[in-house]
Amino acid sequence: MISLVLSDRERPGVRELESYGRLVRRGTTAVKRGFAHMLKHGVVMDVTNVEQAQIAEEAGAVAVMVLDKLPYDVRKAGGVARTASIKAIEEIMDHVTIPVMAKCRIGHTWEARVLEEVGVDMIDESEVLTPADEERHIWKWDFTTPFVCGARDLGEALRRIEEGASMIRTKGEPGTGNVAEAVRHMRIVKAEIRRIRAIYEEGDEQELIKAARELRVSYELVVETARLGRLPVVNFAAGGIATPADAALMMSLGCDGIFVGSGIFKSADPLERAQAIVLATTYWDRPEKVLEAQRMVSEAKSMTGMDLKTLELRMQERGTG
Amino acid sequence: MVRIGVTTFQGDVEEHLAATREALRRLGVPGEVVTVKLPEEVEGLDALIIPGGESTVMGRLAQRTGALDAIRRRVLEGMPVLGTCAGLIFLAKRVYDRVVGETGQPLLGVLDVLVERNAYGRQRESFEVELDIPALGARGFRAVFIRAPSILEVGEGVEVLASYGNRPVAVRQEAVYGTTFHPELSGSTAFHEALVREAVRFSRR
Repeated sequence: MISLVLSDRERPGVRELESYGRLVRRGTTAVKRGFAHMLKHGVVMDVTNVEQAQIAEEAGAVAVMVLDKLPYDVRKAGGVARTASIKAIEEIMDHVTIPVMAKCRIGHTWEARVLEEVGVDMIDESEVLTPADEERHIWKWDFTTPFVCGARDLGEALRRIEEGASMIRTKGEPGTGNVAEAVRHMRIVKAEIRRIRAIYEEGDEQELIKAARELRVSYELVVETARLGRLPVVNFAAGGIATPADAALMMSLGCDGIFVGSGIFKSADPLERAQAIVLATTYWDRPEKVLEAQRMVSEAKSMTGMDLKTLELRMQERGTG
Repeated sequence: MVRIGVTTFQGDVEEHLAATREALRRLGVPGEVVTVKLPEEVEGLDALIIPGGESTVMGRLAQRTGALDAIRRRVLEGMPVLGTCAGLIFLAKRVYDRVVGETGQPLLGVLDVLVERNAYGRQRESFEVELDIPALGARGFRAVFIRAPSILEVGEGVEVLASYGNRPVAVRQEAVYGTTFHPELSGSTAFHEALVREAVRFSRR
């Protein structure tokens, strides 16, 4: 079942019409969060053009994410990173049958509006692009199209859900080929959920209210998360995943699926690597299958990773409010 | 004691695990519900569920690991199966897509229907609607359609369980059930209960 907590806010994004004598409702919480549920156990791959999108589809991607530049190249290029060209997005939508997602800048409601008009299947309000609003994120309940947002800890994740995000992913540290931050963010979220779950099981309402204040979110969202013992929406790993074993590691930490950004198309063996990461994501709990996947790639062809201590730009620190 | 599997190649597996456990409980049928992603795990099942997700991804993984042939053989032996959305596509004999035409994707081909993928459009056009499903005694069933396929043609042995507009949305061919929507997201276990009953019959054969 899909958690429908906070769905009393869904009205602005819902489109009602009558069809064959029945009331049809688009953009409801069930329809938006439900879309994310269909991606589970799958791999979403970053692409910048049709050729890459077709390789991703062929390899078994569950969706593609369209960017102007891969996160690694965003880092190298510097300057302001914005949403991708509409032409590139439309071309990709015309050439693959799997869902197409695109990124918009944090707080940039009108980039998001444009992406919704184009008809992308999900919008990623992403720290990989340069934030347009340092104070607040998009109020995502206003949209019929579902959103995914990044988070480093439980408070960030729940605040994004409170704003209407239908899916969460770890931020990790994008474009680095270094999985360490994604691991850290996933572990933090898990530990924080364990803590509120324990309070919930003790029935200590006062402590739950205190936790909600600390997390800066509504009490009912904290209670729902504690009751479920997990985030109330689908939660993927993202930011630094570069090998099949990285994907298996993230799945073993309890993620519902994987985003791979630069890891595939900044490697020298993209098709094999994409296939291998898909295999390792599904069979993460079968070491012999992860081995089979890992054998499909060569470490010499992996993207060059970056040491996190030397980074000038920490994308994960964008949009934490 | 029945043993029901849910394929775990990709998709909303957990929702089906929960709905099936609830169906067993409501019917008072002792049984277990397990995940299935390797060919040997298909053996000994009394029924199988193929969830929603991306049919191309499921098909490729099932083919690669040999699970596709194992599932097809068991279904042809009479093992009951329920496919929802992508699961229905995976069961179908023929699949068509507006963007690329005949998809050529790996299919089980055990349900005699022609299916069009993403027939209602993209996610923006995904919707929910209340349907009546007289064959299962369900009224006002909350049907959630997510980038849903549509059944364009049904073969002779296929019974239509429910329609929306002029198209079948739930069908049955002997013990093979398919829906274009997601009963596992509805809160109702009507389809899962039907499958459990089939599993009980099959286990007694």
